[in-house]
Amino acid sequence: MEKTVNHKAWFLVLPVLVLVAFSAVIPLMTVVNYSVQDTFGNNVFFWNGLGWFEDLLASERMWNALGRQLVFSGTILAIEIPLGVFVALNMPKRGAWASLVLVLMSLPLLIPWNVVGTIWQIFGRVDIGLLGYTLDSLGINYNYTQNPIHAWITVIVMDVWHWTSLVALLAYAGLQSIPDAYYQAAKIDQASRWKVFRYIELPKMAGVLMIAILLRFMDSFMIYTEPFVVTGGGPGNATTFLSIDLVKMALGQFDLGPAAAFSLMYFLVILLISWVFYTVMTNLDKRGG
Amino acid sequence: MAKITLDNLAHSYLPRPAGPDDYALKELNHDWEDGGAYALLGSSGCGKSTLLNIISGLLVPSQGRILFDGRDVTQALTAERNIAQVFQFPVVYDTMTVRDNLAFPLRNRGRPEAYVAERVAEIAAMIGMEHMLDRKARGLTADAKQKISLGRGMVRKDVNALLFDEPLTVIDPHMKWELRTQLKKLHHDFGHTMIYVTHDQTEALTFADKVVVMYDGRVVQIGTPQELFDRPEHTFVGYFIGSPGMNLLPAEVSGREARVPGGTMPLLHEYRGLSGRVQVGVRPEHVRLSAGHGLPVSIRRIEDVGRHRIIRADLMGHDLNIIAPEDQAIGADMTRAVFDPARVNVYADDWRVKAA
Repeated sequence: MEKTVNHKAWFLVLPVLVLVAFSAVIPLMTVVNYSVQDTFGNNVFFWNGLGWFEDLLASERMWNALGRQLVFSGTILAIEIPLGVFVALNMPKRGAWASLVLVLMSLPLLIPWNVVGTIWQIFGRVDIGLLGYTLDSLGINYNYTQNPIHAWITVIVMDVWHWTSLVALLAYAGLQSIPDAYYQAAKIDQASRWKVFRYIELPKMAGVLMIAILLRFMDSFMIYTEPFVVTGGGPGNATTFLSIDLVKMALGQFDLGPAAAFSLMYFLVILLISWVFYTVMTNLDKRGG
Repeated sequence: MAKITLDNLAHSYLPRPAGPDDYALKELNHDWEDGGAYALLGSSGCGKSTLLNIISGLLVPSQGRILFDGRDVTQALTAERNIAQVFQFPVVYDTMTVRDNLAFPLRNRGRPEAYVAERVAEIAAMIGMEHMLDRKARGLTADAKQKISLGRGMVRKDVNALLFDEPLTVIDPHMKWELRTQLKKLHHDFGHTMIYVTHDQTEALTFADKVVVMYDGRVVQIGTPQELFDRPEHTFVGYFIGSPGMNLLPAEVSGREARVPGGTMPLLHEYRGLSGRVQVGVRPEHVRLSAGHGLPVSIRRIEDVGRHRIIRADLMGHDLNIIAPEDQAIGADMTRAVFDPARVNVYADDWRVKAA
């Protein structure tokens, strides 16, 4: 077919270009702009080259925040993925209970993040919170505002509470796609429960679990609201994760240049790790095929 | 290997079945002889798979008992029954190699590795997959996967019975013959009790010594292929077996004569006291076109299938199929159909009536 050349067609694409420009490209470029400039106020900027990036890479504060972030993401993945799979395996497969359980499981996912933070902030308080008060009455000296370990445990348990159901629902969807004949054949073959899991359920869940890991990794790596509401990054800097640190830097100290450099590095790290994940995932798929 | 007895067996998928219509499998008493090759034939949804799953223990029947060599196994788990079953759609363990797939049932039962290797080699040869043993099962074609499923079913030598639930549905036609022959050979060599579920009459008739025909949750006839052909006990058997199926005509039968639309037809035997809906059934093979006497028919079309011709005719508004030999000339004057009296069966309410 002859291709029609009509440059007026550009006008049809224009709204999208404008929208994307204003929602993504221009803000990002502003950040890039800040990251290479410095100012002494009065809205006068001068070129700083890669200075902020060099400072950032030499900054102990950033490396500490990154370390905490990696420990946090690693910990919640190590808990949420197996726990989610375990929950999914024990969810009813069909019937009225299945629907009820599905609704209950999705409830935490529907709660706004700052509300989740507030719930746990209050829940953990020793004076009025059910959890804090109970632990205190049991003689456990629990205080998430002063004890870094307690703060960490609280933030991790909160994340597990909030997000395990996402993993469980994804795993459940994977399990539901397994035809009955597989389980029947396994019975005929006298496969143990473990072998049914290992050779039937796990392979069928592998795809969705990879997605779950990726989603949970990205989300937890960018976590801000919930720990901020509960601990505010404290005690000290104990629960100051990357985004909390970034906001402190950008809005608290109004260090726009370093914060912009930080943002870009942060973005690149997430992009890089997600890309590695994706490549590993697709390679796994291919190798199996 | 065992004789399998079904005693008063029935099954309903509903918790509280109200009437016979609620039963997927209606009350049934039957012995599957040790070492017999049976085909379970019927259309989709007639209860074949239900019956098979009850025998293998995947389903517990709502009523009745199952006995293996006289031992009650109704409540026994699948594993205790030591049964092999192959399903309609291929079940393979994707992440395992073909070899591990075939070895799986043996390893789960703790057989020594040397024995496992030997059996896997034998089975791989049987299903023609020796060259693929080290491949991962994922990504194989559907019929390769089904061959693995079949192989896993056959790998154990000591099973009480081998059950096949329409196992060749996804297999290529030329491979079907091949595999069916292998199954027959396996049966011949080892004498396992085999039950083969299918809705394909050719498959049933070529595989089995005895064919069990099911219709609407009920076993309507058990017999050799010859018996099913000559004396269908139920109109469903007549219609389902044969290509095309048996002709059925409404009739009034008295003595040695049946009054059917368009005239009367003589019967070999005498029938008395028939009640209900009476029909006569005669296979297309036993109807002949004639120019002289017989019932008036008009020919609608003739299908030449190679070995013979199928004449689709109309007898006073009723369909009538006739099989004519390839060399018979069919003239325009052949407007009559003659029925072989010895081959006419009489049915009352769909069940065959024995001559008085």
